Formats: sequence, structure tokens, C-alpha cells
Amino acid sequence: MLVSVYRYNPETDDAPYMQDVHIDIPGGKDIMVLDLLQLLKEKDPTMTFRRSCREGVCGSDGMNMNGKNGLACITALSQVVEKDKLVLRPLPGLPVIRDLVVDMSQFYRQYEKVKPFLINDTPAPAIERLQSPEDRAELDGLYECILCACCSTACPSFWWNPDKFIGPSGLLQAYRFLADTRDTAREQRLAELDDPFSVFRCHGIMNCVNVCPKGLNPTKAIGKIRNLLLQRAT
Amino acid sequence: MVTSITSFGRSGLYDWMMQRVTAVVLMAYTLFMIGYLLFSSDLSYAQWTGLFQNTAMRIFTLLAILSLVAHAWIGLWSVSTDYIKQTGIRFVFQSVCGLLAFVYVVWGIQILWGV
Repeated sequence: MLVSVYRYNPETDDAPYMQDVHIDIPGGKDIMVLDLLQLLKEKDPTMTFRRSCREGVCGSDGMNMNGKNGLACITALSQVVEKDKLVLRPLPGLPVIRDLVVDMSQFYRQYEKVKPFLINDTPAPAIERLQSPEDRAELDGLYECILCACCSTACPSFWWNPDKFIGPSGLLQAYRFLADTRDTAREQRLAELDDPFSVFRCHGIMNCVNVCPKGLNPTKAIGKIRNLLLQRAT
Repeated sequence: MVTSITSFGRSGLYDWMMQRVTAVVLMAYTLFMIGYLLFSSDLSYAQWTGLFQNTAMRIFTLLAILSLVAHAWIGLWSVSTDYIKQTGIRFVFQSVCGLLAFVYVVWGIQILWGV
């Protein structure tokens, strides 16, 4: 099969280019894209990409495969290869450090903005802050996010305003703490979000939902933040 | 919190709500107009001016004009902040949009109360 990979080494290349590599899959098996990248790296050790857990938990190997963002380690070739061809590019919109490795600083800065930790100004109980099973269930579909950046880098609003729009991933995390009954900072959190960019740059096109490798729904979480902002202001 | 002084209502929530409320007004006006034109096939000049001499119609039309201007401002402001990266050019674009919006309101009132 033909693999077309985005290559860029700022130390030697003037500009990024696409490198075409013909590769035979051993035994004609249906392997994961990450395994294919490993084969490419054996051929050319300068080939650079991030990877760690190889089972969709660490979120290191988010990349664009035949036009769709996803995790290389849990995406089988049969899911993405079309006409025996696979185009691999780094996550769109973020600065490229080298080959498939992107600089995630903008993404993390937005994550940092939503204060992704529990804030509770009441005295700490002796053992732990308890939640009812129902209250805990509110966090399902939110806490599972692994910050792979597949969603935010699939979002045009994040491409155009990565410094102002928090992005689907950050907003999913924002709602994760807004929905937590143990958190007492809801008012401050909402006050931080009530500007024309942070939340409201989302136009609900649901690219984030389409690509999330964990099957989460940031658009739904953003809708719930909007409802909280409405309740607070009316 | 991201600050912004050129958006319609400064607050994202306010802009979001205005965009929806004005859309409903524009929808109602459009449906009314389509209905009126469909059910009066042999429309005469007298009938058409008569419609706009009615105070209720003038109120409804002015409401639609103001809604259109607010809706356009919020929408074009979003487009300009997405696609025009240079602050100077963006500010000029937004100013032209603002001026045009104002001109259309005044012009619309003049036409509406001129019939």
C-alpha cells in the first residue's frame, strides 16, 4: 500500500513536504496505524511521532489519518485506508515541531484557563467529600477525556482563534467541574466564560463529536454550559 | 475572560440570545410577507401603500429592520474576528459594517414613514 506522510525537520528542511512510501503489510494483516508508523520508522529512523501506551489511554498519538483526526494506536488500517492509500498528517492547526509532532502549548493554555481542578472553600471533611451515585453519574461522559486534542484541532473555531476560544476539549473539562456537586466555584467559573469567544465561538458543527476517539460529546457539554450561563443571567 | 469592545453587546451570552431572538423576528416577518404576497395575487399600488400606512405594519417592519441590523452585526463581527487577522483591517471592516447598518436603519425609517 501507499503511505503519504507529512515530513518536516526544521533543522534541515526549508518547508514541510509529503513523502510517499510504498510498504507491504506483513501477512496482509489488518494492523493499527501506529504499527504501520513503527514499520515506517524501521525503514527510516528519522521518522518522528509521539506514542506511549499504544491502547488509546495516553492520548499521545493523535494525528490526521486520511483527513480525519484520531488516535493511531486504536485506528485499524481497514477503518481509514481508501483505495490502498493512507495520508498521515499532524493534527491540523497547531505548530509543527517535527514530522507528526505538534506543539500543544495553545491547547494546554486553554485547558489551564478553565481551572481543571476541584475548588471547594468549605472545611475539608475528616475522610472525603461524598457524592450520591446520581451526582457522580453527572460526570460520566466528561471525566473520560484524555486530552489527545483530536477534537479541538478538528474545530474551525479553534483554528481561527486558538488564543481566545477554549475549544471543545477545554469546555468539556469546564463542564466536568461545573457539573461536580463537590465544587463550590460555579459562579466564578461561569463569570470567566461569559464573553463572546470562550464558549460562544462554538457554532455547534459537531466536528469534535465526529472525531473523539473516546466517543465523548463536547457539543452537548457546551450546550449545558450555555444553559447554565442563561439560568445565571435571566 | 477574553475582553472584546467591538462585539454587539460585549457579552457572548447577550449576543447569542440576540442572534436567536432577531432570527425569530426575521422568520416571522418573512413568513408574513410570503403569506401576504401569496394571498393577494392581484396586488395594487394602493393596497401595497395601504399596508405600510398601517401603524402595526410600520412597527413590525421597523422591528424587522432593527433585528436585521443587529443580526447582521453579530454575524459579520463573528466572521471578521474569525477571518481577518490584522487588527487595523478588521477594525475598518467592522466600522464600515457599523456605518452601513446605521445608514440602512435611517434609510429604512425614511422609506417606511414616507409612504
